[in-house]
Amino acid sequence: MREALARLWDHDLAWSFRRSPVTVAAAAIAFICVAGAVGAPWIAPYNPYDAASLSLENAFLPPAWAEGGRLAHPLGTDDQGRDVLSTILYGARISLGVGLAAVLFALVLGVTAGLVAGYVGGRTDAILMRIADVQLSFPAILIALLIDGVARIALPDDRHGEIAIPVLILSIGISGWVQYARTVRGSTLVERNKEYVQAARVIGRHPLAIMLHHVLPNVMGPVLVIATIHIATAIITEATLSFLGVGVPPTQPSLGTLIRVGNDFLFSGEWWITVFPGVALVTLVLSVNLLGDWLRDALNPKLR
Amino acid sequence: MASALLRLEEVGRDFDVSRPWLNRVLEGLPRQILRAVDGVSFEVRRGETLALVGESGCGKSTVARLIVGLYEPSRGRIEFDGVVLTDPRRRAEVRRVRRRMQMIFQDPYASLNPRWRVREVIAEPLRVLGLAASKSEIEARVAELLRQVGLAPEDAEKYPHEFSGGQRQRISIARALAGRPDFLVCDEPTSALDVSVQAQILNLMTELQDRLRLTYLFISHNLAVVSHIADRIGVMYLGRIVELADAGRLFSNPRHPYTRMLLDAVPDLEMSGKPRTPVAGEVPNPLAPPSGCAFHPRCPHAAERCRRERPMLREAGDTRVACHAVEEGRI
Repeated sequence: MREALARLWDHDLAWSFRRSPVTVAAAAIAFICVAGAVGAPWIAPYNPYDAASLSLENAFLPPAWAEGGRLAHPLGTDDQGRDVLSTILYGARISLGVGLAAVLFALVLGVTAGLVAGYVGGRTDAILMRIADVQLSFPAILIALLIDGVARIALPDDRHGEIAIPVLILSIGISGWVQYARTVRGSTLVERNKEYVQAARVIGRHPLAIMLHHVLPNVMGPVLVIATIHIATAIITEATLSFLGVGVPPTQPSLGTLIRVGNDFLFSGEWWITVFPGVALVTLVLSVNLLGDWLRDALNPKLR
Repeated sequence: MASALLRLEEVGRDFDVSRPWLNRVLEGLPRQILRAVDGVSFEVRRGETLALVGESGCGKSTVARLIVGLYEPSRGRIEFDGVVLTDPRRRAEVRRVRRRMQMIFQDPYASLNPRWRVREVIAEPLRVLGLAASKSEIEARVAELLRQVGLAPEDAEKYPHEFSGGQRQRISIARALAGRPDFLVCDEPTSALDVSVQAQILNLMTELQDRLRLTYLFISHNLAVVSHIADRIGVMYLGRIVELADAGRLFSNPRHPYTRMLLDAVPDLEMSGKPRTPVAGEVPNPLAPPSGCAFHPRCPHAAERCRRERPMLREAGDTRVACHAVEEGRI
């Protein structure tokens, strides 16, 4: 165990990690954000989903240090009397969850498509890549709006709340797969013609086994980098959609929903309702993005 | 004389090298077909080493890939130990005999999966072909194979990047031998190695051939290497075989003008200091091969007939040559 840890400490990646203070700071902040989000039910002082614990008397309380603020609500409360700190923690949970799930969905879809297109080639490749081209000519938000709109029409009104999150994951995921598919296809084209793949073919391995055991491990490096950066983008897209009102409903707010709801009160002076979720979103996305940038540089042999 | 293990009859392979469909339509370009291999016939006898030599792009590697099944032939027939490999109706049988042939590749840096340990690389054919039942059996066989190619059984736990080019080629050979083949296609197995290491690998291959009674098809552009290992040699030019003869005879009495040209270009000690005849001209564009005999633009003996009519591979004394001049007794 100790030996394994020592090897990890000496690894190239660990070394370049230690050498970059920005990355270490970003990792620490990202860790705090993720820990806060995951541990929201235990850390948050209140449960914002519990309507019974809310009272409108507590609405629009300013942050603790401002005049009229209370220590019980360090970042103030919103229009329904919900504790802003608690909603941020719970909101980050939803934002991160949706972001991660969407990235995972896009990754699986994109890597599969790219691997098949690159390895099989020919007509399959042409069809898959033309679909990708078409997909790429629509902005991600537009695709998400489209899927959300279709889902809203297809399902009865009262079920919107339940399906909101799966629809978000699906639409963000679908708008993101092309990047993975293209990267993986490119690397697969290179790997496919290497002699170790031909050797496996001569042995008589099934094409699926070759794709999975030989090609896939050798094309995953760039995918991990894209995925890390994509997490940040996916969180932003989720926030954007929620801000536009097609994302998660206000009863189960994500960071984007919180910003939208708070936005209505910005001009009446209750700035904390929208600013704190905004700061939380920027911090989370920035730290994840910095980590992604570092990973990209660290894995790029030309920049060493 | 030993019987034929592998027989190729008029085997050809075309590659479509046309521009994409849209470009062809927009720019009014025709389809472009590259005849990489054009009517190649030869046989490899049990236990011998047949070498195919030729300049880059003459189709010798394509022949190797056609035989092991990495490419499907466009024309012709390939027969291995009596089974026609090109027969689509006998899939199961074809798959069974294909197991008996393996391939060794040119680039030892690309032919081993960089993320696999040597143990996994060598065990792959054992597992896929079901040649070992248990884990311990696989382990024992991997160790045996490593020893057979001159490596240590402990090397099984290392990754390919921990080895030199020559050692990697040994690993490649071990992997090829794991399937217990009796026929090995070697596609320039030494051309990426240092000269000193080349000799070691060649010696290893000859030794393994004797011990395991292997048959080799040896692809190379290096006549010195070929003279060391081959029993018979086929000389290829632009997708065709122009001369096929016993190794000794080919070197002592080359018949085809192209073979002579190649041999004249080989440097040796006796000739040092004297002027040498370089290989004249360049290989023509294979997309637009010359009419008649493909070699006629570079041939000092070319006549009118050579420009019109393509020569066939015919018996000429104790060799087989595709040349009008030889046939007519002009050279």
